[in-house]
Parts: sequence; structure tokens; C-alpha cells
Amino acid sequence: MASDRSERSLLVTTPPHLGSGDTTPRIMWTVVASLMPVVAASVWFFGPSALLVVTASVLGAVITEAGFVGRVRLRGGSGVITGILLGLTLPAGIPLWMAFLGGAVSIGLGKLIFGGLGQNIFNPALVGRAFLQAAFPVAVTTWPETGGPWWALRGDNFALPFLSPDPAHTVTAATPLGLMKFEGEGTPLVDLALGTTGGSLGETAGLLILLGGAYLAWRGYLNWRIPVGILATVAVLAGVLHAVDPGRYPGALFTLFSGGLLLGAVYMATDMVTAPVTNLGAWVFAVGIGVLVVVIRMWGGLPEGVMYAILFMNAFVPVLNRATQPRPFGARTVEAPS
Amino acid sequence: MAGPVVRGPVGRLLERWGLNGGGFAHGVHPPPHKELTAHLPTRRLPFPDEVVLPIRQHAGKPARPIVERGDRVERGDLVAESQGFVSSPIHASAAGTVADVDFWPHPDGSWEQAIRIRVDRFSTQLPRPRLVPRWETLDPSELVDAIRRAGVVGLGGAAFPTHVKLSPPPEYPIDTVLVNGSECEPYLTTDHRTMVEFPERVHLGLRVMMRALGVERGVIGVELNKPDAIEALRRSAPTDLDVSVVGLTVKYPQGAEKMLIRSLLGREVPGGSLPMHVGTLVQNVSSVATIAEVFETGLPLVERIVTVTGRGVRSPANLIVPVGTKLRDLLEHCGGLTPDAREIVFGGPMMGGSVAHLDAPLLKGTTGVVVLTEADVRVPESYPCIRCGRCLDACPLFLNPQLLANLARSGRWDEMEDAHLADCMLCGCCAYVCPSNIPLAQLFRLSKDAVRRKRTVAA
Ligand code: SF4
Ligand code: SF4
Repeated sequence: MASDRSERSLLVTTPPHLGSGDTTPRIMWTVVASLMPVVAASVWFFGPSALLVVTASVLGAVITEAGFVGRVRLRGGSGVITGILLGLTLPAGIPLWMAFLGGAVSIGLGKLIFGGLGQNIFNPALVGRAFLQAAFPVAVTTWPETGGPWWALRGDNFALPFLSPDPAHTVTAATPLGLMKFEGEGTPLVDLALGTTGGSLGETAGLLILLGGAYLAWRGYLNWRIPVGILATVAVLAGVLHAVDPGRYPGALFTLFSGGLLLGAVYMATDMVTAPVTNLGAWVFAVGIGVLVVVIRMWGGLPEGVMYAILFMNAFVPVLNRATQPRPFGARTVEAPS
Repeated sequence: MAGPVVRGPVGRLLERWGLNGGGFAHGVHPPPHKELTAHLPTRRLPFPDEVVLPIRQHAGKPARPIVERGDRVERGDLVAESQGFVSSPIHASAAGTVADVDFWPHPDGSWEQAIRIRVDRFSTQLPRPRLVPRWETLDPSELVDAIRRAGVVGLGGAAFPTHVKLSPPPEYPIDTVLVNGSECEPYLTTDHRTMVEFPERVHLGLRVMMRALGVERGVIGVELNKPDAIEALRRSAPTDLDVSVVGLTVKYPQGAEKMLIRSLLGREVPGGSLPMHVGTLVQNVSSVATIAEVFETGLPLVERIVTVTGRGVRSPANLIVPVGTKLRDLLEHCGGLTPDAREIVFGGPMMGGSVAHLDAPLLKGTTGVVVLTEADVRVPESYPCIRCGRCLDACPLFLNPQLLANLARSGRWDEMEDAHLADCMLCGCCAYVCPSNIPLAQLFRLSKDAVRRKRTVAA
């Protein structure tokens, strides 16, 4: 009955009274879920060390976020994503305290000082990674050998803070990019796609990353234009260079599947907060990253360029957003009445 | 303009860009929920004990009461006269005695002057004998005047006085009259039932409008999810007039004026302009049927079809109700609220307003009463904007709601105007898709108010 009791419990809210049902926490946790196979693959290749490193960087990120913002934001799950992504850029043998510190810096320097979720300009995971690279250049580029007993730690994970890892624990392997750049030696493509190569945790499972990205794109949780734009640009440029001088430049597929390109293109460049909101902006952003990756890899002093390429383009996102405003409906052509 | 419609995933892809069978780009697909009432024939609500007629039921100036407490009125008598051109008279929707002319809860949440009529239970509710205007013999200006005197306003929600629309300035010739039968709001089936049950009235009303405007062509647009309505309208279409019935893709807000004009004629109404600037005029299908009623019975606008629906009401129905029926009486007739009913919306859930006062009356422009349950209402939690860009992909007018919201939050009205705030039609597509549940449409409504107030202060 339409009684006064029910009248008192009625809500008054503003239209629209319906929602699509997708919420920001759901998007974030779905991204986390889609990264799980990648994490699992890294554990498969690098053993328990991989899990330890990812856990440490997630804890660093989440504890920092919780400490500064309280528990509400934690439900959003974005700190967890940052932590996982950072962990995946690190080598398995890195001391855990460094991974933890990287996670904390990602959130603190990458996100909180800008004002929290939605305010930051640079991808937080890459900010953390850049910090680690600057602070501990050796530790973050010491790639462990694949192979050996699965359960063995791949380095001195438990080194104490501010003590260098014991070199006796570290077995260094070369990454495909490093081999290519400094030795001019290729790596079979099958190994690259399946991940049976040296490198950081998330560099190695190209197919799983593509699968996760495809799922997110299908759900509408990432802007497919960005990975497609980056990968197409890189493929075309690398293909052209390879055709010009096959001895000096690697082919397109090698370039696509080596290093952190897939992880960066699918999961980092697509971070909604630090990518353009307009679709046209997203295309420009993606092509920019692709060009920079090729330039850094082929002519720069570093074997890897994805991190700097994305961070560099992040800085242009506000400009891109402004320059690519959609043209309002009425501003289009008007057909004269016939 | 509307071409063939492609179904399946390819169709959906084309449709996003407004390329499927004519149509418009962007927009959203809220679940329709029309199955609750789409099949139910309209029934007449028995006259309630009391009707309440607020003086503000239409866009423009409120009407001015001309009756006093104790006056006896018959059904159809004038009780409040229009003030000025953009205004509309109000008529008694039931015979009885004026109980009061005083402030009463208005569906918009405020209190507004209203004429309260205690319904005479022994009256036959027949209107006074009156002249039925014969449209065949009236010239255009007399037709428009008859419509004005009957208090006809748009029944699609905005309640814009119809006679104003029918009097475009001569420098903007109209070539086509469009009838909006898309009913794109979820839940509502008012227009649907009108088209299925009274298709001749729709055609007669359209004929009168075309005559009043001196227009040769009429197009009725109906969303394709109402094949029975399309069929009924096609079957009863006149042979002596250029009137066509066009199926439209099912997408919100297909019924918005600018979208409908784009879908049916391929013309884009420029920002800041009206449909007449591109040579057309849009009228909602129920209003068109009401125009026909004026010329069939001579009775002014005193009743309308209302969909009472949602999972929060026990027996949903399509009802013909006297204007001014109180929400309480209406719900009681429909079996009352369920225990989990949480929110009552006047109009569709995308643009309609919440009503929490059960004494609030139905107005001329109330298309439906949707009772949402605990499970239907939006979560009350908001998150920061994650710049996902979904709002940009949803806005049918290609605005940038993300930018507008940022500007609105810091009160930068001038910049908002540069970002085309004035074009925003408050359709709510952006807020519907926003994963962070940011009340975008509400921010824009308030910003429009702020801009308007700032202008009046400056003037
Ligand atoms: S409410 Fe305004 S900004 Fe939002 S989608 Fe509708 S027209 Fe665009
Ligand atoms: S949909 Fe919401 S969260 Fe996404 S960009 Fe628009 S306002 Fe921000």
C-alpha cells in the first residue's frame, strides 16, 4: 500500500536514475584479473622469486595508498594494478626491499602528490620503475638466467636494505634486446612469443598479454586504439628499417615481441588516467609512443625504450586532449531544406 | 533519409556512427523494460475523490487561476487562464467544487499554487455542451487558436505549449512535420499504446498540424522495437497526404528533437538553433493524438495516458487518467508499492525527476510513473574521474562531459559556455555510462542555471 511509511523511505536522486552497471572498482579489478595469467606465467618461468617480487611491489603500492588516503580508495583496486605492473617490469632477482620501495614510490610520487586517483599525469608504475632505474641501475637490469631448478630463487631476493645483493647469488643472462643491440644476435621468435627468454617478469609472456588485452578491449575496459596504434607504428617502422638494412635492424616481429613493448602497449599506455580521453588523441598518443620506441631502441644508447616513450607521451596528454576536442553535433554541416 | 537497417554486430558497429538506417552517432542502450506494460491495453482510471491542478504544468509563464474556493466547475471548464503567448490555460479535469486555491506539493519537489477540486461523486462527468471546432472549415490561425484554447502542450515531458510551436515566424518556412513515436525512454509505453490503439487519431492530429502550418509532408518515426505500432500506423495512413511511417534504430535518445531530425531528415540542427531553423518541427505522438481529440470531442486537454510501471509497483498498467490525479490515488489503483520500492520517477528514468511526496499530482506532461526498487536504483557511491573517455563516446551531441564536469566543479562558467554547455540537452547518456558514477547531467543542469542567473544579474 502506498502508505506514509513507504513515503518516508523514498529516495530522491537526480536523473538519470539508471546506470550502465560498470563501476570504476569493477574496471580496476577486472584489469587485475586479466593480469593474473601474466603473473602466473612469470612464476612458471622464474619460479617463486617472481611471486615474491610482484607481491612486494603490490604491498608497497597498497600500503602507501592506504596510509595516505584511507581504505575507501583501496576498494578501487588501482593501487593493486600499479603494484602488479611495476612488479612485472622488474627482474626476478631484484631484492624485495627495492621492489617494495618501488611500489611505494609509484603511488607516492606517481599518484598521491598529484592529488590521487584520476589526477596524475604520468603512469605511476612507470614512475616507480624510472625511480628504481635511477636509484639502482644495476639491480634492475640484472636479468636472471631461465632454467635451473624451478623452486630456486633467481637472485638475492632477501638482501637487506641498502646492502648490495651478493653477487654470488646472481646469475646474469642477456635479454633478447640486449643480445640484439650489443651482440647483434637474434632470438628465435617462438621463444619470444612463449616467453622462454631472459628478461623482466612481464616481458616474457607476449601471447598472454595480448590475450588479456583483447579481453579488456572486448569488455570496453581499455581503448584498443592505443595498443593497436603503438604496435602498428612499431611494426611498420621496424619493418621498413629492416628492409633497408637487415644486418643492422631487427625485423618487425622481433621488435614487437621483445622487451617490454607488449606489456607497455597493452597495459601501461592504456592506463585511462594518463592516456587521452578523446579517440583522436589516443591515436596520436599511440603513434607517438610507437615512433619513440623505435627511435630509442634503434638509435638510442639503451636497448629498451618503452618506459621513456610512454612517460614522454604522458606529458603531452593534456595538450592532446585540448587539441582534439570533439566537434559538437551542431557544428557539422547543415543540409539546407530541400 | 532512413535507409535499410542492418542487424547483428555489423549493424551495431555502423549504428555507433549513426550509419545504420539513418540515425545518429553515439547514444546508449539502457535495458528497455517495456515488457512490463507494452502489451496492456489502456484502461480508464475511475475518477479520484480529488484532483489537484498546479498552475505551472507547462514551459513558459504559469497560468493564472480564475476560480475561487466554493466555485462549482464542470469537466472541461477553464480554471486558470494563460498569461501571455508562451503559456497555456488549464481546465478542470473533473466536475466538482473548488476546495482550495493554495500551495500544494509539485512533482518537481517545490510547493506551487494549485487549484484543488473536490470531485462530485454523483456527476456523470460529461462536459458542458460545446461546439466542436470543425478542422475542415477553419483556417490555419483559427486552428492554432483552437489548439491554444484547449490547453494543448507537448505530452512528451517538456510540456512546451503546442500553439507556440505551430506559430513559427514567417522567415523560417517549415517543409516537414515530424511526429516522434520513438519513445526511447526505458519503461514507458504511453506513446506505444497510443499508436497501437488510436492510430487514426495520430493521423488526424498530424493532418491538422500540417494544415495549420501549410506543410505538405509528414513523417512519423517509430523505434523498430514497436512493430505493432508501425503496422497500425501504416494500416491507417491516409492516402491523400504525403505521410510516411519510418522505423528507427532502437537507441537512446532517439526521441530527442535533434536526434530525430538527424534520423528522419538527415539534417543537423546547429548549436543554439531550433528545429524550425532547419525547416521542420517535431511533436510527440501523444500530443498529436491530443490535438485530434480536441477536434473530435471539443474537450480540452484534461486527461492523458500514463504508464504506471516498474518492479516497485504491484500491478503495472497503462491508464487514462484525469490530469491532476494524485500519485497516491494512482498507486493505490495499481495495487500499491512493493516493500522494496525505493524511488518513484515521474517520466522516464533517464530524464524524469524523483518524487517523494505521494500527494504530488500528475501533470499534463507526465508520461509515466516508474517505481524503481532497491535493486534498480543507482549505487550512491561516486569515485574520482578516471578519464576513461566513455562519456565522450556516449554524448550524442559530441560534447566533452569530462571537461565540462571539471569546469563545473570549479565554477568556470565562461569556459563551460565556450565548451558548448548551452547545447547540452541533459539527456543523461554521459552519466549513464560513467563508471565513477559522477552526476554529470546534474552538474550541467546546475551550471545552466548558474549561467542563466549570472546573465539576469548582469542585465
Ligand atoms: S547530458 Fe549533455 S553532455 Fe551528457 S550526453 Fe547528454 S547532451 Fe551530452
Ligand atoms: S565517464 Fe566518468 S570517469 Fe569516464 S571520463 Fe567521463 S566523467 Fe570521467
